[in-house]
Amino acid sequence: MFEEFLGRYPYFMTVILLAIGLYGMVAKRNLLKKAIGMSIFQSAIFLFFIQGGAKWGATVPVIDPQRGMDPAQYMNPLPHVLILTAIVVSVATTGVSLALLLTIYQRYRTLDEKQVLEEARRKA
Amino acid sequence: MNQLPLLLPVSFLLFSVISVLAGIWRRDLGYLAALVGAAAGVPLAIWGLFRVLSQGTVRYHLGGWPPPFGIEYVLDPLAAFMASIIAAIGLLVLVYARRSIDHEVPEKAPLLYPVALLLLAGLTGIVVTGDLFNLFVFLEIASLSAYALLASGRGLAPLAAFRYLILGTMAGSFYLLGVGFIYFSTGSLNMADVAERMPPLYESRVLLAAAVLMVLGLGLKMALFPLHPWLPDAYTYAPSAVTGLIAPLMTKVAGYVLIRLFLDVFGPSYLRDTVPVIAAIGWLAAGGIVVGSVMAIAQRDFRRMLAYSSVSQVAYVALGLGLGNPVGLIGALLHILNHAFMKGCLFLVAGGVRYRVGVWDLPHFAGLGRHMPWTMAAFTVAALGMIGIPPTAGFFSKWYLVQGGIAAGNWAFVAIILASSLLTAVYFFRVLERVYTSPLSPEVATSRGSDPPPGMLGPILILAGGVLVLGIINSIIVTQVLEKVASSLSGS
Repeated sequence: MFEEFLGRYPYFMTVILLAIGLYGMVAKRNLLKKAIGMSIFQSAIFLFFIQGGAKWGATVPVIDPQRGMDPAQYMNPLPHVLILTAIVVSVATTGVSLALLLTIYQRYRTLDEKQVLEEARRKA
Repeated sequence: MNQLPLLLPVSFLLFSVISVLAGIWRRDLGYLAALVGAAAGVPLAIWGLFRVLSQGTVRYHLGGWPPPFGIEYVLDPLAAFMASIIAAIGLLVLVYARRSIDHEVPEKAPLLYPVALLLLAGLTGIVVTGDLFNLFVFLEIASLSAYALLASGRGLAPLAAFRYLILGTMAGSFYLLGVGFIYFSTGSLNMADVAERMPPLYESRVLLAAAVLMVLGLGLKMALFPLHPWLPDAYTYAPSAVTGLIAPLMTKVAGYVLIRLFLDVFGPSYLRDTVPVIAAIGWLAAGGIVVGSVMAIAQRDFRRMLAYSSVSQVAYVALGLGLGNPVGLIGALLHILNHAFMKGCLFLVAGGVRYRVGVWDLPHFAGLGRHMPWTMAAFTVAALGMIGIPPTAGFFSKWYLVQGGIAAGNWAFVAIILASSLLTAVYFFRVLERVYTSPLSPEVATSRGSDPPPGMLGPILILAGGVLVLGIINSIIVTQVLEKVASSLSGS
């Protein structure tokens, strides 16, 4: 049981982070907290990819004459490169979401979803 | 011309940048650059379609790396078909946008055009890429531009866009997680390569998780019932031209990705025969068709009614996929094309009414038939298309869907398609009756003018004409393009 957990703990950690992020996005009423939940959710997926490229006792993927051509001796760089791109995407997403929050705050002076709706009804 | 698949998204991207720079210098030049970019896309896409049909699929390897290692762009009949729709709708809406945007949100105009081109770049990129991860990047480019465009409206638009952003990002992340599962189990990201490596893994639970996560993510993006609640708000508060661009394209392209995954990545034998993912999509779609139509009947705001109608119509696409046979798939693809024209026309009509009358409430549509004759004639054609009355295009896609339902022996789906046509008739005839039989409401009667200016009326009429023309030439489209796409299904 415990052995199994040790062998797979990155997966468990990913699932816990995913759950925290999902909770933030769905259950929180404050819009900024939703955005934070979104960031946690995305980070969980990044970590999942990165651990998939990791290997015990392997080195950076540049041919080392002492280690030879055995692929088991080198890490898989592809997931890391993918995640580099995905991080750029997530930075852009966070940027857009913060810009939207700024507009919402300037219009309604609050970031609480319920209060925004009340404020909008009052104005209309 | 091997670079053909690459040219579409890249030219949109290039003109998007030019449009920003030109817009800083002279506001009008920014619009002009965007218009040139969109106009360049149409001949490229249509030429691509003809070339693909006559000479077969065009492949381009980015940076000269051969496929399993490098990113591959593929222009096959399905991709060329989708790219032509995207480019055509993009150009028509951009022509329309100038007057409409200047009327509704003039202060935001210089930045909306480059973002609109960015959206087109993202959508065409999704369509031509042959790489699962590259598809994710384009999906997010398109989604981010859509959030920005939708947020440019007044009132609650930013909140609606923010909710869409949260759900859309969740959807993108689910898709990415699915890509991760596929990569770690097959070791490849190239669609064709993944498809070859997959059959030995059909028993694997990792693959099942990947399929479920990807369908969940794309279901959110295409507003498949019950994942649709973000859509009505987002479409209601945005400027009319923006909705006119996003409503016909965004959800359909997500539907395209589902179809692509079904045909070319997981393979029909997995999603249809091994695990019942496709059947589940079909039943969700059947629910969405009914719920969307019923909710549309309950709306008082014209655009909100159209938004719920979109939920119902995009479900037709999912239902055609859910049938899992070639005829159903042809119906789904034909409906992507028809619905892009019909819903584009309807949302542009909504913008035209906003331009002259100032509001979107249904009571204000009373008597507009005489006040804005051409606009309402276009509205009538598009509405009849939505209901599915021959010879409009809408009839033929429903015809194929019904035939597909009969071929699959699924009488429940056949009944739902027919019943939903009646519900659609209810909410459109309710408007049509007001438009043509009621007297003009007093505050509208005093407003001057009739139809919107030619820059707006032109695209509306072209789209309405398209609804009729597509209906008449539908057999050519089906035999020349769609049967080639669907033929891969019949063999298995």
